[in-house]
Amino acid sequence: MEDAMQFAPSENPALATYSPEVRQQLFRFVLQLADTSLILGHRLSEWCGHGPILEQDLAMANIALDLLGETRSLYQYAAELEGQGRTEDDLAYLRSATEYRNPLLVEQPNGDFADTVVRQFLFDNFHYHFLKQLVNNADERLAAIAEKSLKEATYHLKWSSEWVIRLGDGTEESHRRVEKSIAELWRFSGELTIPTALEKELQTIGLIPEYADIQASMTAHAERVMEEASLVIPQQVFMLTGGKDGRHTEHLGYILTELQYMQRTYPGMTW
Amino acid sequence: METLEMTQEEQFQARIDADVRIEPKDWMPDAYRKTLIRQISQHAHSELVGMLPEGNWITRAPSLKRKSILLSKVQDEAGHGLYLYSAAETLGTTRDQMLADLHSGKAKYSSIFNYPTLSWADMGCVGWLVDGAAILNQVPLCRTSYGPYARAMVRVCKEESFHQRQGFEIMQTLCEGAPEQKAMAQEALNRWWWPTLMMFGPKDEDSPNTAQSMNWRIKRFTNDELRQKFVDMMVPQAEFLGLTVPDTQVKWNEARQAYDFGEVNWDEFWAVVKGNGMCNRDRLGARVKAHEEGAWVREAAMAHAAKRAARQVVAA
Repeated sequence: MEDAMQFAPSENPALATYSPEVRQQLFRFVLQLADTSLILGHRLSEWCGHGPILEQDLAMANIALDLLGETRSLYQYAAELEGQGRTEDDLAYLRSATEYRNPLLVEQPNGDFADTVVRQFLFDNFHYHFLKQLVNNADERLAAIAEKSLKEATYHLKWSSEWVIRLGDGTEESHRRVEKSIAELWRFSGELTIPTALEKELQTIGLIPEYADIQASMTAHAERVMEEASLVIPQQVFMLTGGKDGRHTEHLGYILTELQYMQRTYPGMTW
Repeated sequence: METLEMTQEEQFQARIDADVRIEPKDWMPDAYRKTLIRQISQHAHSELVGMLPEGNWITRAPSLKRKSILLSKVQDEAGHGLYLYSAAETLGTTRDQMLADLHSGKAKYSSIFNYPTLSWADMGCVGWLVDGAAILNQVPLCRTSYGPYARAMVRVCKEESFHQRQGFEIMQTLCEGAPEQKAMAQEALNRWWWPTLMMFGPKDEDSPNTAQSMNWRIKRFTNDELRQKFVDMMVPQAEFLGLTVPDTQVKWNEARQAYDFGEVNWDEFWAVVKGNGMCNRDRLGARVKAHEEGAWVREAAMAHAAKRAARQVVAA
């Protein structure tokens, strides 16, 4: 059992050099990353004990745990950036659905195993390539968190890519199911790399990677995997966005109802 | 030489008596093999089904740290299930067969998992009491006569002792917290105490397999001996926490140097064993559903592996 990485607040010298405005922007962005990992980890953890085979139950729990570790490091950093004395748990448990900034993709229901695999593949393809850039980030703390998460995300992308291939190439049924999941979920993939106003501002000052730079690698990887899986990348898909600006699908409310149940029922207690 | 005059069975028993481990390729009596398959698969199934009552609280864990520990613990249980299924497979059965027996109701799993987890304090009680009882049952199995089982148990026990500590720590945090938290802890203890005493199985006089299992050194202590050890270990821990064990007959017996305690409700025990516990249908139903709904995934994985192998042959 390993706690999420703990950093001493003094470890990030950049913190003092940020203007209050940049610090606030970075806070909001780190929160967005933390929300993203938290919600996807939550969804994956719903599989625990219900997977199609014990080995994959373990694999999904493992990915969920990695994401949860990343979540904690990010919320801890966000709390420091905000400097209002909030904790990781305050940030995770005591905000409303419209304050959450995760992209829509990660809050989509688990569906069948193909839906989960495709959702994971679309996210991992972004996450891995994004972290690869983030490790060189000017913000040392984000770079350090990214470095740890990149090792994990490398495995996640391998896992989800292999499963897309297995399901696409496997049987008629698995092919039909994964095709359906792709048709259903692809429309949520665009949001990952369509920058919000906040992301554009942070990209302008060079504090987060340009999504245009990672788009090419993401496309190349997706093409390779889809081809090997005998699957076709959907074209001309209308991309749904909004999650990163707090406009969510109806699913998020129910996730938060469960996630926040204890903290809302028993406010202010230590667990 | 004397051994030449011994039957296979006598030689086998002589090895057991000399504490020499039995390995998969060694000759063993059919009944020994059957008993072990039954016991190891039951143990593996318990790990698998045991994921459900705790998995039930992962999405509702009260803090990110607790969530992470709980998820990791349930993941460990899946891992234990894997080693144990592998250990059982060395005796000539398959995981598919064992799962089919679980799903048909032929094979059992620990009845404790047929009780519902209703509050966060149940995560404390499951770790502290249920894993505590499991450890007492399992530590002796690290010296059980069948090698693969004993080796799997060494690994399992290491992780179980961590699980037990985290359960105790949940209870301790609740007991040191707000009055509602302490009440939650006491309420959970009230529900889990008796069912955990039942985990050691029927009374010795009602346990027909015990003598043979002890003789084969599959089992090293009787059910009643382990139950007594458990009570002796847990009553002081409950006192330390400031909680009351829900048994008015618990009393230190100076002469026996052990606690006296009340009689388990054996009617309830047998009812749950026979399928009439609160969650028997839900637990088994969840496992059957996962297995059935996962069939197409397993088929796809097999089909892909076969196609891939065929493509490699062509390429070569």
